[in-house]
Amino acid sequence: MTMEDDKAGRYVLPGDFLGSGEYKSWANAIKIGDKFYATRVGVLEMGEDRIRVIPMSGPYIPKLGDVVIGKVIEVMPVAWTLDINSFFNAFLPAQHAFRSFDPEKDELSNKFKLGDLILASIAKVERGRDSMLSLDGEGLGKIEEGEVFRISQVKVPRLIGKKGSMVQKIEELTGAQIFVGQNGIIVAKGPAESITKVKRAIEIVETMAHMSGLTDKMGDLLR
Amino acid sequence: MMNLIDEGGKRLDGRSFDQLRPFSMEAGLLKSASGSAYIEQGGNKILVGVYGPRDSRSRYGTNQDKAVLKCRYHMLPFSTEERKSPQPSRREIEISKVIRDALEPALLLEEFPRSVIDIYIEVLQSDGGSRGASITAASIALADAGIPMKDLVSAVAVGKVNGRLVLDLSDTEDKEGEVDLPIAVMLNSGLITLMQMDGKLSEDEFRQAIDLAMAGAKELREAQRKALVQKYFKEVNS
Repeated sequence: MTMEDDKAGRYVLPGDFLGSGEYKSWANAIKIGDKFYATRVGVLEMGEDRIRVIPMSGPYIPKLGDVVIGKVIEVMPVAWTLDINSFFNAFLPAQHAFRSFDPEKDELSNKFKLGDLILASIAKVERGRDSMLSLDGEGLGKIEEGEVFRISQVKVPRLIGKKGSMVQKIEELTGAQIFVGQNGIIVAKGPAESITKVKRAIEIVETMAHMSGLTDKMGDLLR
Repeated sequence: MMNLIDEGGKRLDGRSFDQLRPFSMEAGLLKSASGSAYIEQGGNKILVGVYGPRDSRSRYGTNQDKAVLKCRYHMLPFSTEERKSPQPSRREIEISKVIRDALEPALLLEEFPRSVIDIYIEVLQSDGGSRGASITAASIALADAGIPMKDLVSAVAVGKVNGRLVLDLSDTEDKEGEVDLPIAVMLNSGLITLMQMDGKLSEDEFRQAIDLAMAGAKELREAQRKALVQKYFKEVNS
Protein backbone atom coordinates (compact mmCIF):
# COMPACT_ATOMS: atom_id res chain seq x y z
CA MET A 1 0.00 0.00 0.00
CA THR A 2 2.66 2.48 1.01
CA MET A 3 6.40 2.57 0.84
CA GLU A 4 6.59 0.78 4.18
CA ASP A 5 5.67 -2.50 2.48
CA ASP A 6 9.25 -3.68 2.53
CA LYS A 7 9.15 -3.62 6.29
CA ALA A 8 7.02 -6.76 6.29
CA GLY A 9 8.75 -9.70 7.87
CA ARG A 10 10.82 -7.60 10.19
CA TYR A 11 10.84 -7.98 13.93
CA VAL A 12 9.01 -5.41 15.96
CA LEU A 13 8.70 -4.38 19.61
CA PRO A 14 5.87 -2.60 21.42
CA GLY A 15 5.74 1.05 20.39
CA ASP A 16 7.52 0.50 17.06
CA PHE A 17 6.19 2.49 14.12
CA LEU A 18 4.82 0.05 11.54
CA GLY A 19 3.52 2.26 8.79
CA SER A 20 0.76 4.64 7.88
CA GLY A 21 -2.06 4.32 5.45
CA GLU A 22 -5.58 3.10 4.95
CA TYR A 23 -5.43 -0.32 6.49
CA LYS A 24 -8.85 -1.85 7.04
CA SER A 25 -7.84 -4.36 9.66
CA TRP A 26 -4.99 -4.69 12.08
CA ALA A 27 -3.98 -7.03 14.86
CA ASN A 28 -1.54 -6.54 17.73
CA ALA A 29 -1.15 -3.01 16.52
CA ILE A 30 -2.69 0.28 17.53
CA LYS A 31 -3.83 3.14 15.31
CA ILE A 32 -2.96 6.64 16.43
CA GLY A 33 -4.08 9.22 13.89
CA ASP A 34 -3.22 7.45 10.64
CA LYS A 35 -0.11 5.81 12.03
CA PHE A 36 0.19 2.25 13.23
CA TYR A 37 2.35 1.08 16.10
CA ALA A 38 3.09 -2.45 17.32
CA THR A 39 1.66 -3.44 20.68
CA ARG A 40 3.54 -6.72 21.13
CA VAL A 41 6.86 -8.36 20.44
CA GLY A 42 6.55 -10.17 17.13
CA VAL A 43 6.96 -10.38 13.39
CA LEU A 44 5.34 -7.83 11.11
CA GLU A 45 3.00 -9.00 8.38
CA MET A 46 1.53 -6.58 5.87
CA GLY A 47 -1.11 -7.17 3.22
CA GLU A 48 -3.07 -5.05 0.77
CA ASP A 49 -5.30 -3.57 3.40
CA ARG A 50 -4.26 -5.27 6.59
CA ILE A 51 -1.38 -5.00 8.97
CA ARG A 52 -0.60 -7.36 11.79
CA VAL A 53 2.05 -8.45 14.21
CA ILE A 54 2.38 -12.19 14.77
CA PRO A 55 3.18 -12.27 18.48
CA MET A 56 6.16 -14.14 19.90
CA SER A 57 4.87 -14.25 23.45
CA GLY A 58 1.65 -13.90 25.33
CA PRO A 59 -1.30 -15.71 26.81
CA TYR A 60 -3.48 -18.23 25.01
CA ILE A 61 -6.59 -16.53 23.65
CA PRO A 62 -9.37 -19.07 22.90
CA LYS A 63 -10.40 -19.29 19.25
CA LEU A 64 -13.43 -21.06 17.87
CA GLY A 65 -12.57 -24.58 16.80
CA ASP A 66 -9.25 -24.81 18.63
CA VAL A 67 -8.56 -28.17 20.20
CA VAL A 68 -7.29 -27.63 23.74
CA ILE A 69 -6.34 -29.67 26.77
CA GLY A 70 -8.08 -28.56 29.95
CA LYS A 71 -8.01 -29.66 33.55
CA VAL A 72 -11.23 -30.11 35.50
CA ILE A 73 -11.15 -27.65 38.37
CA GLU A 74 -14.81 -27.70 39.35
CA VAL A 75 -17.70 -30.12 38.96
CA MET A 76 -21.00 -28.28 38.89
CA PRO A 77 -24.53 -29.72 38.67
CA VAL A 78 -24.79 -29.47 34.87
CA ALA A 79 -21.29 -28.64 33.66
CA TRP A 80 -17.59 -28.90 34.38
CA THR A 81 -15.25 -25.95 34.71
CA LEU A 82 -11.90 -26.48 33.04
CA ASP A 83 -8.66 -24.58 33.38
CA ILE A 84 -7.50 -24.12 29.79
CA ASN A 85 -4.30 -22.19 30.52
CA SER A 86 -5.89 -18.93 29.46
CA PHE A 87 -7.08 -15.85 31.30
CA PHE A 88 -10.55 -17.42 31.43
CA ASN A 89 -11.74 -20.83 32.43
CA ALA A 90 -13.99 -22.80 30.10
CA PHE A 91 -17.27 -24.64 30.57
CA LEU A 92 -17.99 -28.12 29.33
CA PRO A 93 -21.75 -28.71 29.49
CA ALA A 94 -22.76 -32.15 30.72
CA GLN A 95 -24.80 -33.07 27.63
CA HIS A 96 -21.54 -33.42 25.70
CA ALA A 97 -20.43 -36.29 27.89
CA PHE A 98 -23.69 -38.18 28.47
CA ARG A 99 -25.73 -39.68 25.68
CA SER A 100 -28.99 -38.24 26.97
CA PHE A 101 -28.20 -36.17 29.99
CA ASP A 102 -30.63 -36.24 32.89
CA PRO A 103 -29.55 -33.96 35.73
CA GLU A 104 -31.56 -36.01 38.24
CA LYS A 105 -30.01 -39.34 37.36
CA ASP A 106 -26.55 -38.63 36.00
CA GLU A 107 -23.73 -37.75 38.34
CA LEU A 108 -21.07 -35.65 36.62
CA SER A 109 -18.17 -36.82 38.72
CA ASN A 110 -18.75 -40.38 37.50
CA LYS A 111 -17.65 -39.19 34.09
CA PHE A 112 -14.92 -36.61 34.75
CA LYS A 113 -13.48 -35.97 38.20
CA LEU A 114 -11.54 -33.05 39.61
CA GLY A 115 -8.07 -33.03 38.11
CA ASP A 116 -8.97 -35.03 34.99
CA LEU A 117 -7.41 -33.87 31.75
CA ILE A 118 -9.78 -33.48 28.84
CA LEU A 119 -9.14 -32.95 25.16
CA ALA A 120 -11.94 -30.71 23.92
CA SER A 121 -12.68 -28.18 21.21
CA ILE A 122 -13.69 -24.57 21.73
CA ALA A 123 -17.35 -24.30 20.73
CA LYS A 124 -18.18 -20.74 21.67
CA VAL A 125 -16.17 -17.66 22.53
CA GLU A 126 -17.69 -14.51 23.93
CA ARG A 127 -15.91 -11.38 25.06
CA GLY A 128 -15.78 -11.15 28.81
CA ARG A 129 -17.25 -14.61 29.33
CA ASP A 130 -15.83 -18.04 29.93
CA SER A 131 -15.70 -19.94 26.66
CA MET A 132 -17.76 -23.06 25.99
CA LEU A 133 -16.24 -26.42 25.15
CA SER A 134 -17.50 -29.36 23.16
CA LEU A 135 -16.49 -32.99 22.77
CA ASP A 136 -17.86 -33.35 19.23
CA GLY A 137 -14.97 -34.47 17.11
CA GLU A 138 -12.65 -37.36 16.61
CA GLY A 139 -10.56 -38.39 19.58
CA LEU A 140 -11.94 -35.78 21.96
CA GLY A 141 -12.57 -36.74 25.56
CA LYS A 142 -10.72 -37.69 28.68
CA ILE A 143 -7.00 -38.34 28.48
CA GLU A 144 -6.58 -41.40 30.67
CA GLU A 145 -2.88 -41.22 31.39
CA GLY A 146 0.31 -39.48 30.42
CA GLU A 147 2.88 -36.92 31.36
CA VAL A 148 1.94 -33.25 31.14
CA PHE A 149 4.21 -30.67 29.50
CA ARG A 150 3.79 -27.02 28.74
CA ILE A 151 5.03 -24.94 25.87
CA SER A 152 4.50 -21.27 25.07
CA GLN A 153 1.25 -21.18 23.08
CA VAL A 154 2.89 -19.14 20.31
CA LYS A 155 5.13 -22.14 19.60
CA VAL A 156 2.30 -24.66 19.33
CA PRO A 157 1.98 -24.31 15.53
CA ARG A 158 5.68 -25.17 15.28
CA LEU A 159 5.25 -28.21 17.52
CA ILE A 160 2.36 -29.45 15.42
CA GLY A 161 4.11 -28.64 12.14
CA LYS A 162 2.67 -28.53 8.65
CA LYS A 163 -0.38 -30.81 8.67
CA GLY A 164 0.88 -32.34 11.90
CA SER A 165 4.25 -33.35 10.43
CA MET A 166 6.31 -32.33 13.46
CA VAL A 167 4.21 -34.05 16.08
CA GLN A 168 4.03 -37.18 13.89
CA LYS A 169 7.78 -37.13 13.52
CA ILE A 170 8.26 -36.84 17.29
CA GLU A 171 5.81 -39.70 17.88
CA GLU A 172 7.76 -41.79 15.36
CA LEU A 173 11.13 -40.98 16.92
CA THR A 174 10.07 -41.45 20.53
CA GLY A 175 7.40 -44.11 20.33
CA ALA A 176 5.10 -42.08 22.53
CA GLN A 177 1.55 -40.99 21.84
CA ILE A 178 1.27 -37.22 22.02
CA PHE A 179 -1.73 -34.95 22.49
CA VAL A 180 -1.13 -31.28 21.75
CA GLY A 181 -3.58 -28.59 22.82
CA GLN A 182 -3.57 -25.23 21.01
CA ASN A 183 -3.37 -23.74 24.49
CA GLY A 184 0.18 -24.96 25.01
CA ILE A 185 -0.62 -28.04 27.11
CA ILE A 186 0.88 -31.30 25.90
CA VAL A 187 0.25 -34.81 27.19
CA ALA A 188 2.58 -37.67 26.22
CA LYS A 189 1.80 -41.32 26.82
CA GLY A 190 4.31 -44.14 26.65
CA PRO A 191 7.17 -45.86 28.46
CA ALA A 192 9.52 -43.78 30.61
CA GLU A 193 12.35 -43.55 28.06
CA SER A 194 9.92 -42.31 25.40
CA ILE A 195 8.68 -39.63 27.78
CA THR A 196 12.24 -38.45 28.42
CA LYS A 197 12.75 -38.12 24.68
CA VAL A 198 9.48 -36.25 24.25
CA LYS A 199 10.61 -33.81 26.92
CA ARG A 200 13.84 -33.23 24.98
CA ALA A 201 11.92 -32.80 21.72
CA ILE A 202 9.63 -30.20 23.28
CA GLU A 203 12.63 -28.32 24.63
CA ILE A 204 14.20 -28.38 21.19
CA VAL A 205 11.07 -26.92 19.59
CA GLU A 206 10.79 -24.33 22.37
CA THR A 207 14.35 -23.08 21.96
CA MET A 208 14.83 -23.56 18.21
CA ALA A 209 11.36 -22.76 16.89
CA HIS A 210 12.87 -20.26 14.46
CA MET A 211 15.13 -22.81 12.75
CA SER A 212 14.06 -23.80 9.27
CA GLY A 213 13.76 -27.47 8.43
CA LEU A 214 13.55 -28.36 12.10
CA THR A 215 11.28 -31.32 11.44
CA ASP A 216 13.95 -33.02 9.34
CA LYS A 217 16.69 -32.21 11.81
CA MET A 218 14.72 -33.52 14.77
CA GLY A 219 16.04 -37.07 14.31
CA ASP A 220 19.66 -35.95 14.65
CA LEU A 221 18.93 -33.54 17.47
CA LEU A 222 17.19 -36.20 19.55
CA ARG A 223 20.01 -38.71 19.21
CA MET B 1 25.60 21.20 53.02
CA MET B 2 27.60 18.32 51.66
CA ASN B 3 29.76 18.97 48.62
CA LEU B 4 28.39 16.68 45.92
CA ILE B 5 29.93 18.27 42.83
CA ASP B 6 33.63 19.16 42.50
CA GLU B 7 35.13 22.24 40.79
CA GLY B 8 35.43 20.35 37.52
CA GLY B 9 31.68 19.68 37.53
CA LYS B 10 32.12 15.99 38.30
CA ARG B 11 29.78 14.26 40.73
CA LEU B 12 30.77 12.01 43.64
CA ASP B 13 30.91 8.94 41.42
CA GLY B 14 32.73 10.79 38.65
CA ARG B 15 29.73 11.32 36.40
CA SER B 16 28.92 14.53 34.57
CA PHE B 17 25.57 16.21 35.28
CA ASP B 18 23.77 14.59 32.33
CA GLN B 19 25.12 11.09 32.67
CA LEU B 20 23.20 8.00 33.77
CA ARG B 21 24.70 5.50 36.18
CA PRO B 22 25.95 2.29 34.52
CA PHE B 23 22.99 0.04 33.73
CA SER B 24 22.17 -3.33 32.26
CA MET B 25 18.86 -5.04 31.54
CA GLU B 26 17.78 -8.57 30.76
CA ALA B 27 14.40 -9.91 29.60
CA GLY B 28 12.71 -13.23 30.23
CA LEU B 29 15.01 -14.90 32.71
CA LEU B 30 12.37 -16.57 34.87
CA LYS B 31 10.87 -19.75 33.52
CA SER B 32 7.66 -20.00 35.48
CA ALA B 33 6.57 -16.37 35.20
CA SER B 34 4.60 -15.18 32.16
CA GLY B 35 7.18 -12.47 31.74
CA SER B 36 10.23 -11.25 33.62
CA ALA B 37 13.09 -8.79 33.62
CA TYR B 38 16.16 -7.92 35.61
CA ILE B 39 17.76 -4.51 35.85
CA GLU B 40 20.91 -3.14 37.38
CA GLN B 41 21.19 0.62 37.51
CA GLY B 42 23.87 2.07 39.73
CA GLY B 43 23.58 0.05 42.94
CA ASN B 44 20.05 -1.08 42.18
CA LYS B 45 19.49 -4.75 41.48
CA ILE B 46 15.86 -5.42 40.76
CA LEU B 47 14.02 -8.52 39.58
CA VAL B 48 10.52 -8.31 38.15
CA GLY B 49 8.09 -11.16 37.47
CA VAL B 50 4.75 -10.75 35.71
CA TYR B 51 1.96 -13.30 36.06
CA GLY B 52 -1.16 -13.31 33.97
CA PRO B 53 -3.46 -12.31 32.58
CA ARG B 54 -5.21 -14.96 34.64
CA ASP B 55 -8.76 -15.71 35.60
CA SER B 56 -9.59 -13.99 38.85
CA ARG B 57 -11.04 -16.68 41.04
CA SER B 58 -13.25 -14.21 42.87
CA ARG B 59 -15.55 -11.48 41.68
CA TYR B 60 -14.12 -9.08 44.20
CA GLY B 61 -11.72 -6.51 42.79
CA THR B 62 -12.26 -7.38 39.14
CA ASN B 63 -13.51 -5.27 36.29
CA GLN B 64 -16.02 -6.47 33.69
CA ASP B 65 -14.45 -4.30 31.00
CA LYS B 66 -10.74 -4.75 31.43
CA ALA B 67 -7.98 -6.52 33.27
CA VAL B 68 -7.05 -5.33 36.73
CA LEU B 69 -3.38 -4.52 37.15
CA LYS B 70 -1.85 -5.34 40.52
CA CYS B 71 1.63 -4.39 41.54
CA ARG B 72 3.81 -5.20 44.51
CA TYR B 73 7.10 -3.42 45.04
CA HIS B 74 9.05 -5.17 47.74
CA MET B 75 12.50 -4.71 49.22
CA LEU B 76 14.24 -7.83 50.45
CA PRO B 77 15.65 -7.80 54.00
CA PHE B 78 19.22 -7.71 52.67
CA SER B 79 18.62 -4.98 50.10
CA THR B 80 19.57 -2.14 52.43
CA GLU B 81 22.50 -1.47 54.73
CA GLU B 82 20.48 -2.27 57.80
CA ARG B 83 18.19 -5.25 57.69
CA LYS B 84 14.84 -4.21 56.41
CA SER B 85 11.79 -5.85 57.87
CA PRO B 86 10.22 -8.02 55.14
CA GLN B 87 6.81 -6.62 55.97
CA PRO B 88 5.55 -4.10 53.47
CA SER B 89 6.26 -0.63 54.77
CA ARG B 90 4.16 2.46 54.14
CA ARG B 91 6.74 3.57 51.58
CA GLU B 92 6.61 0.27 49.69
CA ILE B 93 2.82 0.36 49.53
CA GLU B 94 2.96 3.88 48.11
CA ILE B 95 5.63 2.98 45.57
CA SER B 96 3.62 -0.08 44.49
CA LYS B 97 0.73 2.21 43.73
CA VAL B 98 2.69 4.83 41.82
CA ILE B 99 4.42 2.15 39.75
CA ARG B 100 1.08 0.63 38.84
CA ASP B 101 -0.26 4.05 37.89
CA ALA B 102 2.84 4.74 35.81
CA LEU B 103 2.47 1.50 33.82
CA GLU B 104 -1.29 1.31 33.41
CA PRO B 105 -1.70 4.09 30.80
CA ALA B 106 0.60 2.17 28.44
CA LEU B 107 -1.27 -1.13 28.63
CA LEU B 108 -4.29 -2.20 26.57
CA LEU B 109 -6.01 -3.83 29.51
CA GLU B 110 -9.40 -3.88 27.81
CA GLU B 111 -8.26 -6.89 25.79
CA PHE B 112 -8.56 -9.08 28.88
CA PRO B 113 -11.82 -8.23 30.65
CA ARG B 114 -12.37 -9.70 34.12
CA SER B 115 -8.83 -10.96 34.47
CA VAL B 116 -5.91 -10.02 36.69
CA ILE B 117 -2.30 -9.19 35.85
CA ASP B 118 0.20 -9.29 38.71
CA ILE B 119 3.54 -7.52 38.73
CA TYR B 120 5.97 -8.59 41.44
CA ILE B 121 8.99 -6.38 41.92
CA GLU B 122 11.74 -7.60 44.22
CA VAL B 123 14.51 -5.19 45.08
CA LEU B 124 17.58 -7.33 45.77
CA GLN B 125 19.84 -4.37 46.38
CA SER B 126 18.70 -0.79 46.62
CA ASP B 127 20.18 2.53 45.61
CA GLY B 128 18.60 5.86 44.70
CA GLY B 129 15.92 5.86 42.03
CA SER B 130 14.67 2.35 42.60
CA ARG B 131 11.12 3.24 41.60
CA GLY B 132 12.31 4.45 38.22
CA ALA B 133 14.43 1.35 37.65
CA SER B 134 11.46 -0.78 38.73
CA ILE B 135 9.18 0.86 36.17
CA THR B 136 11.77 0.49 33.41
CA ALA B 137 12.20 -3.21 34.23
CA ALA B 138 8.49 -3.91 34.76
CA SER B 139 7.78 -2.50 31.32
CA ILE B 140 10.20 -5.04 29.79
CA ALA B 141 8.63 -7.84 31.83
CA LEU B 142 5.13 -6.87 30.64
CA ALA B 143 6.28 -6.86 27.01
CA ASP B 144 7.90 -10.24 27.63
CA ALA B 145 4.59 -11.53 29.01
CA GLY B 146 2.92 -10.45 25.77
CA ILE B 147 0.61 -7.93 27.42
CA PRO B 148 -0.34 -5.56 24.59
CA MET B 149 0.92 -2.02 25.14
CA LYS B 150 1.02 1.27 23.30
CA ASP B 151 4.64 1.85 24.16
CA LEU B 152 7.34 0.90 26.61
CA VAL B 153 7.54 3.06 29.71
CA SER B 154 10.97 4.37 30.66
CA ALA B 155 11.67 6.12 33.92
CA VAL B 156 14.47 8.13 35.46
CA ALA B 157 14.91 10.75 38.18
CA VAL B 158 16.31 14.24 37.82
CA GLY B 159 17.47 16.17 40.84
CA LYS B 160 19.16 19.30 42.04
CA VAL B 161 22.34 19.03 44.07
CA ASN B 162 24.50 21.97 45.12
CA GLY B 163 22.27 24.18 42.99
CA ARG B 164 22.78 22.19 39.78
CA LEU B 165 20.40 19.96 37.88
CA VAL B 166 21.68 16.40 37.56
CA LEU B 167 20.36 13.24 35.94
CA ASP B 168 19.73 9.89 37.63
CA LEU B 169 20.33 10.53 41.33
CA SER B 170 22.38 8.15 43.41
CA ASP B 171 21.31 7.37 46.96
CA THR B 172 23.58 10.05 48.48
CA GLU B 173 22.51 12.68 45.97
CA ASP B 174 18.90 11.83 46.68
CA LYS B 175 19.35 12.18 50.44
CA GLU B 176 21.69 15.19 50.50
CA GLY B 177 20.39 17.01 47.44
CA GLU B 178 17.73 19.70 47.29
CA VAL B 179 15.34 18.23 44.73
CA ASP B 180 14.29 14.75 43.58
CA LEU B 181 12.02 14.55 40.55
CA PRO B 182 11.28 11.03 39.27
CA ILE B 183 9.64 10.90 35.84
CA ALA B 184 8.21 8.03 33.79
CA VAL B 185 7.42 8.57 30.14
CA MET B 186 6.06 6.87 27.03
CA LEU B 187 8.48 8.35 24.53
CA ASN B 188 6.44 7.84 21.35
CA SER B 189 3.72 10.16 22.50
CA GLY B 190 5.73 12.05 25.10
CA LEU B 191 3.05 11.15 27.63
CA ILE B 192 4.35 11.43 31.19
CA THR B 193 2.87 8.73 33.41
CA LEU B 194 4.70 9.48 36.64
CA MET B 195 5.94 12.69 38.10
CA GLN B 196 6.67 13.28 41.74
CA MET B 197 8.73 16.03 43.28
CA ASP B 198 10.50 16.59 46.56
CA GLY B 199 11.87 20.11 47.03
CA LYS B 200 11.52 23.22 44.93
CA LEU B 201 12.46 24.22 41.37
CA SER B 202 11.90 27.44 39.47
CA GLU B 203 9.79 27.18 36.33
CA ASP B 204 12.89 27.51 34.21
CA GLU B 205 14.75 24.82 36.09
CA PHE B 206 11.71 22.61 35.88
CA ARG B 207 11.66 22.80 32.08
CA GLN B 208 15.34 22.01 31.92
CA ALA B 209 14.82 19.11 34.32
CA ILE B 210 12.16 17.62 32.04
CA ASP B 211 14.48 17.91 29.02
CA LEU B 212 17.24 16.22 30.98
CA ALA B 213 14.89 13.41 32.03
CA MET B 214 13.70 12.89 28.44
CA ALA B 215 17.26 12.49 27.23
CA GLY B 216 17.95 9.98 30.00
CA ALA B 217 14.74 8.07 29.31
CA LYS B 218 15.68 7.82 25.65
CA GLU B 219 18.91 6.13 26.53
CA LEU B 220 17.14 3.72 28.88
CA ARG B 221 14.54 2.94 26.24
CA GLU B 222 17.25 1.82 23.84
CA ALA B 223 18.47 -0.59 26.50
CA GLN B 224 14.94 -1.86 27.12
CA ARG B 225 14.59 -2.57 23.42
CA LYS B 226 17.97 -4.26 23.33
CA ALA B 227 17.00 -6.56 26.20
CA LEU B 228 13.87 -7.69 24.33
CA VAL B 229 15.73 -8.07 21.03
CA GLN B 230 18.34 -10.14 22.84
CA LYS B 231 15.70 -12.51 24.13
CA TYR B 232 13.45 -12.84 21.09
CA PHE B 233 15.51 -12.15 17.99
CA LYS B 234 19.07 -12.97 18.84
CA GLU B 235 19.00 -16.57 17.65
CA VAL B 236 17.01 -15.54 14.61
CA ASN B 237 19.61 -13.07 13.40
CA SER B 238 22.62 -15.22 14.07
